[in-house]
Amino acid sequence: MSPILEIRDLSVAYRTPDGDVRAVEQVNLTLNAGEVVGLCGESGSGKSTLAYGATRLLRPPAVVTGGSVLYGGRRITQGGDPADLLAMDQRELRAMRWREVAIVFQSAMNALNPVLRIQDQLLDAVQAHLKLSRHDAREKVASLLDLVGIPRTRLRSYPHELSGGMRQRVMIAMALAADPEVVIMDEPTTALDVVVQRDILSQVVELKETLGFAIMFITHDLSLLLELADRIAVMYAGRLMETGSSRDIMRDAAHPYTMGLLNSFPALHGPRRTLAGIPGSPPDLRNPKPGCPFVPRCPHARPACAEVDMSLAPVSGSAGAGVPGVVSHLTACPFVTPQMSQEGQASQEGVLS
Amino acid sequence: MASSVVASTANIWRNLPVKAKVGVFLFGFFVLAAIIGPMVEPYDPGFQNTAANALSAHPSAQHLFGTTQLGQDVLSQVLTGIRLTLELALLVGVIVTVISVLVGVTAAFLGGIWDDVLSLLTNVFLVIPALPVLIVLLGYLPQQGQTPTILVLSLLGWPWGARVIRVQTLTIRNRDFIAASRESGEKTWRIIIFDIIPNEISLIAASFVNTVLYAIGASVALAFIGLTDVNSWSLGTVLYWVQQDDAVQSNAWWWFVPPGLAVALMGVSLVLLNSGIDEIGNPRLRASRASAKVAGHRIWPTDPTPVYAQLAAERSRLGSFLHSFSRSSLYDETPAGSELR
Amino acid sequence: MSFILRRLAFYLVAAWVAITANFFIPRAVPGNPIAIILSKYPNLTPQAYQALSQMIGGSLEKGSLWSQYVHYLDDVVHFNFGTDLANFPTPVSTLLDQALPWTLVLVGTATVIAFAIGTTLGILAGWRAGGGLDRSLPFLMFFQAVPYFFLALLLVDFFAVQHHWLPPGGGYNGEITQPGWTWSFISNAIEYSTLPALTIVISSIAGWMLQMRNVMITTIGEDYVVAAQAKGLSKARIIYTYAARNALLPQLQGFGLALGFAVSGALIMEIVFGYPGIGLLLLNSVTDKDFPMMQAILLVIVFAVLIANLVVDLIVAFVDPRARAREAV
Repeated sequence: MSPILEIRDLSVAYRTPDGDVRAVEQVNLTLNAGEVVGLCGESGSGKSTLAYGATRLLRPPAVVTGGSVLYGGRRITQGGDPADLLAMDQRELRAMRWREVAIVFQSAMNALNPVLRIQDQLLDAVQAHLKLSRHDAREKVASLLDLVGIPRTRLRSYPHELSGGMRQRVMIAMALAADPEVVIMDEPTTALDVVVQRDILSQVVELKETLGFAIMFITHDLSLLLELADRIAVMYAGRLMETGSSRDIMRDAAHPYTMGLLNSFPALHGPRRTLAGIPGSPPDLRNPKPGCPFVPRCPHARPACAEVDMSLAPVSGSAGAGVPGVVSHLTACPFVTPQMSQEGQASQEGVLS
Repeated sequence: MASSVVASTANIWRNLPVKAKVGVFLFGFFVLAAIIGPMVEPYDPGFQNTAANALSAHPSAQHLFGTTQLGQDVLSQVLTGIRLTLELALLVGVIVTVISVLVGVTAAFLGGIWDDVLSLLTNVFLVIPALPVLIVLLGYLPQQGQTPTILVLSLLGWPWGARVIRVQTLTIRNRDFIAASRESGEKTWRIIIFDIIPNEISLIAASFVNTVLYAIGASVALAFIGLTDVNSWSLGTVLYWVQQDDAVQSNAWWWFVPPGLAVALMGVSLVLLNSGIDEIGNPRLRASRASAKVAGHRIWPTDPTPVYAQLAAERSRLGSFLHSFSRSSLYDETPAGSELR
Repeated sequence: MSFILRRLAFYLVAAWVAITANFFIPRAVPGNPIAIILSKYPNLTPQAYQALSQMIGGSLEKGSLWSQYVHYLDDVVHFNFGTDLANFPTPVSTLLDQALPWTLVLVGTATVIAFAIGTTLGILAGWRAGGGLDRSLPFLMFFQAVPYFFLALLLVDFFAVQHHWLPPGGGYNGEITQPGWTWSFISNAIEYSTLPALTIVISSIAGWMLQMRNVMITTIGEDYVVAAQAKGLSKARIIYTYAARNALLPQLQGFGLALGFAVSGALIMEIVFGYPGIGLLLLNSVTDKDFPMMQAILLVIVFAVLIANLVVDLIVAFVDPRARAREAV
């Protein structure tokens, strides 16, 4: 499986008069064709910045300060080498947007133009990239709505006339308008209630199976990813803490932060426990201290943490990295094993109950 | 406590755009002129120098701005005019700001029928054009002078501020910390004074500046058409006499340019001041100014996010030399990926 | 539809407030209006004084305050403003009819032109915030701060006195042509309106431009513009259909609010240029203490502004799909 999107050593910073805010720091992430990769982290962890920075949609004062974003879709590379999004000029980027990489934004109400009808907004997306006759374009737009289960009568509606769930479906339909290879979903269901959420997500999975695109799913809700994603990457303070298959993360979480996240939501079955959560708050990204940013909130913190270089290494006891066909389970914390993580968490709970 | 106030003021000053700083200095100049005017003016504005060559005379050492048709010193008139106009405008500004804060906050806080009534009142006063009403009101009054002008200007100037303050108060009122204050039993008036108003300072300041601007414009206009006391020497009155005595036709530019310019510059300084206050209050405006330049390159809103390596490569040698003088060169010295200052 | 009805109701209320204020003010101010008139116009017939008392109050009025008010309302609705004092016995409405078209054409055209150009420039300045056009703003703001009439004086000085390119004042050259639908009159009138119109446009353009620029900057920060970028749409489409079309809505609403100011400034300008419109009429009536005329002009101006505001509201309702669902007042 060759990767369709490969983010290498990406760093993004915001230039402010008070100094640079390093929102993303040397992140490596790979997305294979047809795969669902979940990107998980709390607000301010840099997950959205990562996605928008990789697609170069961030506004000034954001700057990409290093790395490369290699896109391997066949339409662009035509069998040759992957193209670096960071090296493209405006024209090439514009051709690539939506056709190769599409985005489903977080708040559909804000992401839809309030004064345009749904039909016109979808037509925009279609006609910017596909050379279709007017009639064909309209037919395509109508079929997009069919795809997400919205009645065609809604074509002439304005965004404010639709319900939240419908708007989000429209956003998804719009993302699929040009048959992309990669769809980035930025917290698409956060603002919706769980029933609608379930509906939409199962529809997304169905569409993925049918149309064959890869998904980068960004959310703060790890429980969602455990079900939905093939692989999960956990971010904190602009850095990756842990990556692995969803099974690995669920069963053998190696990083204390991941463990903290896992224990922040209750299980439906089993005895009632006090939720542990993670005390404290994310660090100031303007003056990052050396070493691991999670130190102030980590139950396993020790003096050596200040010298960790934050590169990802295979989790001890997992199948070795680089073995073909095996998804590697990597962690940034060299001191903690999955077992220690689980014990530490249990003792935390003990303290709180 | 005081040192942090000083520090944050200094910080605000540093981040103000150039145009706002110009506005502050310019306005300060006029305030200074108003204060020392009476001590400095060479003649009484009404004094007529009836020497033959002193009528409508060009600027000279004796009369720095020349004289009017009646031999009066233009400079003295302008100085007195600045003082009178500023006094009136600042007074109106204070009165109107007080009224609009009262109305705006009350409407937002009491809500319900009171809000509806006050809002209706505000909107009605807003939509009715002020100047014609002012003209007619002054026409009905038997005597003319500063006081009726002040009253009449205040009567019609408050709705703008009231509307904006009401909206802002409504927004703040629904925030959690207000609810917290209420829950803990804080008296309403205390909440208003200590929680709400400090959060609206930039809005109230902007409203005050706008009102002063409006008061200057309206009072000068009214004086110009002769509806206020034609024997006092406000800037508008000076211009009234300019019009009456056909200064334009006789090309006595030294007579009508200084007072008009004074009004214009006072107005400009206030507008610039206001743009500074705008940027303090609306972070998006500030962000757009501070962020459009990265590494010496101008980045437009719909440009793709710049990549540092690309940017750094594109600057020419001359460009680099010039760039080293700018503030952003401090941030750009470091290569990609490693320690950023 | 209900949005429009609600706005209409609001304007009716505002009109009623203006009419009622107009009724009460002469009765409420210190001094006796009738006495003033008596002293200024000693040659009026007793019936004339009677009629005047009905209108503005004073010792000669008969009937209760309420009956006078009703009578007054009736007069207003029928556009019966009484007889003019300064040009006795011409009815006020005749004089108004002569002056009104001049003002409407001049002020209407100039304001719309200034708004259109200013808004367009504002779109460009907002899009390129910090760029060349944007940096010219303080320069233009200077013109906004200059009092209308001062700018008028300067322009008259330059164009009329020093260079004799354009006439310094008046509405038309009475020696050459007479009012009527003839080309000679119209072209002459255009020549005479050029300076006043130019003054209005120059002094107000910066205001519109600044307002639109600020609204554009805020709008560009909205998510749907980022989404439009992400969709790979062309720049033109993003600027106009996504950013400017949304920014126009607050801009139009601002236009409605600023109409009152625009009208006020234009009136002063007419006075400077001796332009035969309502502004000049108003000033003369105030100086002459010609109360019936004053009242009538005030009402006409207020009504015109209210109607213009209503038209703007209609346009906004047409352009903004959400306005129909929103609160009116």
